[in-house]
Amino acid sequence: MIIKREEIEKLATLSRISIDEKTITDVSERLSSVLNLVDQLQTANTDSVQSISRPFQVSQRLRADEITESNQRDAFQVIAPATDNGLFTVPKMID
Amino acid sequence: MHNYTIAELVKGLQSKQFSSVELTQHFLARIRQFNDQYNAVITVTEDQALQVAQLADQRLATGSAPALCGVPLLHKDIFCTKGVRTSCGSKMLDNFIPPYNATVVENFEQTGAVMLGKTNMDEFAMGSSNETSFYGPVKNPWATDCVPGGSSGGSAAAVAGRLAPGATATDTGGSIRQPAALCGISGLKPTYGRVSRWGMIAFASSLDQAGPMARTAEDCALLLNCMASFDDKDSTCVDREVPDYSASLNKPVKGLRIGIPKEYFSEGLHPGTEAAVKKALTDLEAQGVELVEISLPNSDLSVPAYYVIAPAEASANLSRFDGVKYGYRCENPKDLQDMYCRTRSEGFGEEVQRRILIGTYCLSAGYYDAYYGKAQQVRQLIEQDFVKAFADVDLIVGPTCPSPAFKFGAKGDDPVAMYLEDIYTIATNLAGLPGMSVPCGMVEGKPVGLQIIGNYFDEARMLNLAHQFQQVTDWHTQAPEGIL
Repeated sequence: MIIKREEIEKLATLSRISIDEKTITDVSERLSSVLNLVDQLQTANTDSVQSISRPFQVSQRLRADEITESNQRDAFQVIAPATDNGLFTVPKMID
Repeated sequence: MHNYTIAELVKGLQSKQFSSVELTQHFLARIRQFNDQYNAVITVTEDQALQVAQLADQRLATGSAPALCGVPLLHKDIFCTKGVRTSCGSKMLDNFIPPYNATVVENFEQTGAVMLGKTNMDEFAMGSSNETSFYGPVKNPWATDCVPGGSSGGSAAAVAGRLAPGATATDTGGSIRQPAALCGISGLKPTYGRVSRWGMIAFASSLDQAGPMARTAEDCALLLNCMASFDDKDSTCVDREVPDYSASLNKPVKGLRIGIPKEYFSEGLHPGTEAAVKKALTDLEAQGVELVEISLPNSDLSVPAYYVIAPAEASANLSRFDGVKYGYRCENPKDLQDMYCRTRSEGFGEEVQRRILIGTYCLSAGYYDAYYGKAQQVRQLIEQDFVKAFADVDLIVGPTCPSPAFKFGAKGDDPVAMYLEDIYTIATNLAGLPGMSVPCGMVEGKPVGLQIIGNYFDEARMLNLAHQFQQVTDWHTQAPEGIL
């Protein structure tokens, strides 16, 4: 199985990763190699097998709907790439 | 002092044979002397370590300090440490200084253990050779032209090279056990949910689990006593009493039924590794255990299932690295999309990008059922294999990895060759079971690991068997040339 260029481009967009034009063939070959490995899954008979997303059916605990965290905006903004007046700033989105 | 085990250091500290400050200075000096050779430690917290050591000495003077008070340790750079850079081996987090401690780090701080620094690792814990780190590869102290394994390669090399008596690590598909095996030390991945994941940078949340690395099983027990705790902040952490793992180390192992999976001794296993593991089985038999051949028939599907589930979870977890709130941001983005895309392609390395792309593919419309849905069904089959096996045996034993440490670049061009390095370890992560690796021989001057897999929350029995094995063998006492 070989992943086509258009599919790689779509994946890159979905993943928000820029893929250099020069490396797109290499990326495609290596992804295809991994997908050939995972295609072995199709040999398994999983009729009537329930899927699991966590080990030993562990369920996540629920907690009371109460505020448990204090406001640490200043501590978090110290490590942010760009802030302004208590806000996280990003490039302009709407003209 | 660097040749003492943690158990011996605890006795030495509590009997005032040496102080925590002396011990800390000794290991800091070893890091200064040897780290250039291994590249195992990427951040050294010298001033903080000496301050904590002074406080530990004050607690030790009262005569009622906890077991690990004053013991120097290293933390894998995946655990958030308040005020200390936590990079996860990535350019993306090269400038990240967390404002809080991971629960594991907090537990060690409370007990008075001394953090010497942070260890190198594969980027975002994705790798089996420690070659994907932004900070360069870690070298195996037994053969510096060979990999230490990964992703906890820095922790393993640091312990093997006697830069610290113990270290924290994490295991998503073998990242504690495989480097422990390749570096000739002991390492334990606990049951999923035994140790809090809070503050541990997520790779694949249904597989990640933190555990200890040290030279002996006895030391792993001491470290696990501190690491394992119920934590309300991790909703997958299991609220279950933590036993004293040191208490059962000396129980007799006679009569234990040990399952030997026939699938773990098939094609691809290095003959030297196979011989070392079979010799270890003979040694265990001489101690009175009963060896029983078992079958884990879906073992060959564990690597394919893992390479759907882990990248799928990673692609979701790593979406948080977008250059907005912390970490790397590209320069002069022309718009928001450009900022996201360039931040992520400049901040993540090749292997991390590859896994994000695979995960995105497996979760995308049209492929979800065929890949992610199918992998989750196969996960159930793999778990059931173990459930059936543990109905008949107490523990399962086999090789940790197919061959000893390989040379740098040996598996560089083929991701699949690297992924197969974890062929014997991945299934336990998918099932959530505990597993450990202890040294059991040498091949071509490089260590071989024996893997012990336990039933859910049966870490005490695994440690018991490992400790008793280490009473009749001396592989765990051997050191790379020039270390002792």
